Amino acid sequence: MNHYETVFILNPVLSEDQVKETVKKYEELLASEGAKMINKEDWGLKKLAYPIQHKKSGFYHLFEFQVEGKSIETLEFAFRQDERVMRYLTVKLDKHAVEWAKKRVERNKAK
Amino acid sequence: MASSIEQQAKGDKGGEIRYLTPLNIETKQKKRYCRFKRSGIKYIDYKDPDFLMSFVNEQGKILPRRLTGTSLKYQRKVAQAVKRARHLALMPYVGDLLK
Repeated sequence: MNHYETVFILNPVLSEDQVKETVKKYEELLASEGAKMINKEDWGLKKLAYPIQHKKSGFYHLFEFQVEGKSIETLEFAFRQDERVMRYLTVKLDKHAVEWAKKRVERNKAK
Repeated sequence: MASSIEQQAKGDKGGEIRYLTPLNIETKQKKRYCRFKRSGIKYIDYKDPDFLMSFVNEQGKILPRRLTGTSLKYQRKVAQAVKRARHLALMPYVGDLLK
């Protein structure tokens, strides 16, 4: 069970409940793959540093989870198919990264 | 020799450049150190762009090691983090506003 972290950007034209529904869809997809969700973050609507698909902003979401290596492919395939997701990045976390993520969560909570 | 400098200092209108005090060109190299080794940071997070901005010049290009002084191991991590941040549009590929 490796640690992974996925950040994805949703199209800003989506309505609030469409965003929630998309996020829930990926949560269920991960749960069906037998993933253990560690941390979920919603950075909300953020301005992009450069326009993606002619859009200036996007809804950022972060998932941190533990899963078998092979199910990452199904996750990314789902991302690729879904046109509501403008961009996604999945990163495998090594031990330093996991430790940093824990510290980051505490720091955010403290804030 | 000294007298000629004083003569110059007194300001004769010889027309050549007169230095009030001899120029001391700073030749000593500033000792550079790797900030990651010193502060013990082990992982460079690609999610906070403000920290990565200090490794990028005004046009958004990654600064070379000879300027930032980071060691090779951490320079690679910084480069990878910057590229990931760029992919997620947290940092621009080409920016001119990072003053």
